[in-house]
Amino acid sequence: MTQKFISIEGIAKRFPAASGGITTVFEDLWLSMQRGEFTCIIGHSGCGKTTVLNILAGLDETSSGAVIVDNQAIEGPSLDRAVIFQTHALLPWLTVMGNVSYAVSSKWRNWKTPRVRERAQKFIDLVGLNGAESKRPAELSGGMKQRVGIARALSIEPKIMLMDEPFSALDALTRGTLQDEVRRICQETDQTVFMITHDVDEAIYLADRIVLMTNGPGAVVAEIVENPLPKERKRHEVHKHPLFYPVRNHIIDFLVSRSKSFAQEMRGRHDPRHVPTVRPGTEPVVVTDSNVLRLGGHTAAH
Amino acid sequence: MTHSLTLRAALVSVSILVVFLLAWHLATRGTSAVQQMDPEYAKLMGLTATQGKSAMPGPLDVGAKLWEHLRRPFYDNGPNDKGVGIQLAYSIARVALGYLLAVAFALPIGFLIGMSPLMNRALDPFIQVLKPISPLAWMPLALYTIKDSGLSSIFVIFICSLWPMMINTAFGVASVRREWLNVAKTLEVGTFRRAFTIILPAAAPTILTGMRISIGIAWLVIVAAEMLVGGTGIGYFVWNEWNNLSITNVINAILLIGVVGMLLDLLLARATKLVTFPE
Repeated sequence: MTQKFISIEGIAKRFPAASGGITTVFEDLWLSMQRGEFTCIIGHSGCGKTTVLNILAGLDETSSGAVIVDNQAIEGPSLDRAVIFQTHALLPWLTVMGNVSYAVSSKWRNWKTPRVRERAQKFIDLVGLNGAESKRPAELSGGMKQRVGIARALSIEPKIMLMDEPFSALDALTRGTLQDEVRRICQETDQTVFMITHDVDEAIYLADRIVLMTNGPGAVVAEIVENPLPKERKRHEVHKHPLFYPVRNHIIDFLVSRSKSFAQEMRGRHDPRHVPTVRPGTEPVVVTDSNVLRLGGHTAAH
Repeated sequence: MTHSLTLRAALVSVSILVVFLLAWHLATRGTSAVQQMDPEYAKLMGLTATQGKSAMPGPLDVGAKLWEHLRRPFYDNGPNDKGVGIQLAYSIARVALGYLLAVAFALPIGFLIGMSPLMNRALDPFIQVLKPISPLAWMPLALYTIKDSGLSSIFVIFICSLWPMMINTAFGVASVRREWLNVAKTLEVGTFRRAFTIILPAAAPTILTGMRISIGIAWLVIVAAEMLVGGTGIGYFVWNEWNNLSITNVINAILLIGVVGMLLDLLLARATKLVTFPE
């Protein structure tokens, strides 16, 4: 077994419900990631993906269990884990340069201004925003704002990048371009990435592994889909690969039916510590396929 | 009509002013018919009866007096005869001192209340009781303890400017967007740096709004406070001129109080604009 870089060990999130009981978002959740790996997590709204990400970021606390990053249990937020927020979360009173510099000077507190600016400039150039340094977020388009968010996250040399649906607020064209850039940058810098998405195609294009979560409350990690597509892939060619549709169908089947009925499907056989890993289309995946078929019939009967 | 809205609005404003001044002038023109009367009796009667003049000054009298004031704003002929410039300067200085003192207290306390839910709850009853007290109600207590009328009026300004600023600061600080605070958290920004680089700029527009409300209230209160304590200031001037039965001067003072109040508000409005950020 390869060494785990990030290890989520039996975390749970519960909070008191309005009616007086306790709502369990998820219970006993295990997940590990390796260094340099791009992991996407997919599931319906309310399954607790964002909670998992916030726990990884240190912005939220677990009710039980622990998260270990690089052999250390995490306690609160850290500069090692950069977050790219869905809503950009840029500081509107600062310019593009100001926003990126703020992150740089937070990481290297004794750096002098020219050095901070030089580093900030490097990352502004990297995301293709040179020329817009002195603009304020209000003057930027949605795509440009998210570029600033990416530059800010990358500039602090994080060990992990956590992305919470970073492209969901963008139009399709901008989203495509930014996906390309994120993929290029992550490959160049060998970044470890954990990303939440609702977009199956985005997950297949970007991720090495796709984590499928069932519906909440009481959500579990149902299975982990290992992306069978070659590491070198182009956005405009990826859908022509013979394995693209098997993966896509597998994930969509999961989202449409299995995410709801997963508990019945497993009948208590689900071991949260050993979540099955599947590679759709490359092996006979008997278990998974028969499940899909059986459940497909099952759902149709309703 | 191709004129801009500003121009048309200015035109309407000027028309309203002209109509008002004309009506004022006509209303205070007085009767021309004067009864013949015994000079001894005439001494006992007002100007209306003896010369047919209105007791209320007209716009021309007020204008002439205003010109006189503006030509020599800073003369000083002893305690009861100072130029309006000097009187306004006294009032502005008192407002400035009391107001700045209030800023020095309201901002830190407001920050504390806004950042700490515990302090918010703990201080809330005091604020709720102290806030609705008319600032002038403090005057006797201030005079008794401070034993100086000038300082007492500054204290009254302090106490009346305090609350809007404090409440707005607390509100602004408490409602800083969660995502900005999360940015600070993920960048491991310390409490002190977070207060100055995230919370202060984010809350600044709300804080400045509170400061603008405060300066307006302070300028309202100083006139009343100076009427009470006397000596100097535009409030004292109004009351003194009332005792002199110089309605012309009272009207002039009212006009000047309004203009200075407007300028103070304008100043704070400018400052608010400086710290406001588009989203």
